Amino acid sequence: MAITLTELETLLTESFPQAKVTITDLAGDGNHYAAEVIDESFRGKNRVQQQRAVYAALKGKMDGAHGELHALALTTKAPE
Amino acid sequence: MTDSKDQIDQTVKANDVVLFMKGTKTMPQCGFSSRVAGVLNFMGVDYMDVNVLADDGIRQGIKDFSDWPTIPQLYVKGEFVGGCDIITEMTLSGELDQLFETNGVVYDKDAAEKIREANA
Repeated sequence: MAITLTELETLLTESFPQAKVTITDLAGDGNHYAAEVIDESFRGKNRVQQQRAVYAALKGKMDGAHGELHALALTTKAPE
Repeated sequence: MTDSKDQIDQTVKANDVVLFMKGTKTMPQCGFSSRVAGVLNFMGVDYMDVNVLADDGIRQGIKDFSDWPTIPQLYVKGEFVGGCDIITEMTLSGELDQLFETNGVVYDKDAAEKIREANA
């Protein structure tokens, strides 16, 4: 199962409406993406806390063998 | 499930550095696990590898334990440090060196510098 870049973007912008979200389809197979999320809400949080928030926004799409999304390389930070 | 959680808890407390991964440190079975194991191997860190593919209880249990949906997962002194992206960033920024130093984990500083030079 795969997920489209647009679906992924929608999920992320729903949870982080003010964020700058950049998504790259790494392999062109709808299964391997890189996402950069820059959001004010990340300020003061460590990377684990930031990326937990992103995973929460994906609502289980990353979950194990039955997840729609196999690989998502994450970069998270607060705006400069 | 409680058994897995107890087992994980004991494992990360009894070993200074633990990597939960797909495959083993000498034969990783996923690119992301391979990358983190490769960094630790290259830096000469003495760590315990736990192959989640060998135990379904651990495979699900570790995700619940850390509230983190992906594997690999690195633990230092019982604390969850991060997954592949975080470890890569911390390796390149030198934060991983600091973490090891703070926790008295022996590693090869020259090797860490080589990784940074190669990715500069």
